[in-house]
Amino acid sequence: MAKKPIEPFLWGLFSAGGVVAALLIPVHLFLFGLAFPLGWLTPPGYESLRALASHPLARIYLFVLCSFSLFHWAHRFRYTLYDGLQIKHLNEVITVFCYGGALAGTAAAGYLLWGLR
Amino acid sequence: MKPGGLSGTPSHTAYHPRWYRERVSTYWWLWKWRYLKFVLRELSSVPVAYFVTLTLVQVHALSDGPQAYADFQRWMTHPVFLTLNAISFLFVLFHTVTWFNLAPRAIVVRLRGKRVPEFLIAGSNYAAWLVISAAVAWLILRS
Repeated sequence: MAKKPIEPFLWGLFSAGGVVAALLIPVHLFLFGLAFPLGWLTPPGYESLRALASHPLARIYLFVLCSFSLFHWAHRFRYTLYDGLQIKHLNEVITVFCYGGALAGTAAAGYLLWGLR
Repeated sequence: MKPGGLSGTPSHTAYHPRWYRERVSTYWWLWKWRYLKFVLRELSSVPVAYFVTLTLVQVHALSDGPQAYADFQRWMTHPVFLTLNAISFLFVLFHTVTWFNLAPRAIVVRLRGKRVPEFLIAGSNYAAWLVISAAVAWLILRS
């Protein structure tokens, strides 16, 4: 794959996203995806969770969590298709899909979290 | 590349050498645990994206009101979502463990000219993970 000047920047985002994902996603996914739906733990009520999530610091936190994780996904998934499945002829399409997806997700996260009051 | 350029010793041949490359199967990673582990680790990015999508849907439901959030909570109890969440959780754990175990290779810390041993760097990552997870869980559960 041709080296472009933007590649180190994308790798930096991948790396930062990898740290964010490793540190934060397990606890979130465990609580909201398993422990609360399965009744292992009592979920917070709607009003209190909304109050917690709409705190400015929590919104920044959620934005960073979503955006960095998406850029981590974009970079890693791109190379999974490239190395793992050796899909090389669709290189441009994959690159646009991955980073474009991460950009779109970041925009969506910004929009949703901005509107969360 | 000049002939003989690879080995550094000049050799003479009447023909230009052509490098022979065996075709690699698309499923090259299936037959060896090390390679399979590598591909599973790389695939962990898909559950990461799934988690972000789920979180954004949750935020959307939170801003839409109590009824929308109750619907979101009901979806999460559906077996399809529980299965997806469980598989994703395992993948994300795999990402966390492999990421922290690789961290000492990426971050070389030196103290008084001596390299800090790998287990200390990996260990501090795991410690940070525990503390941060506990803090996040405490904030959510207490609210």
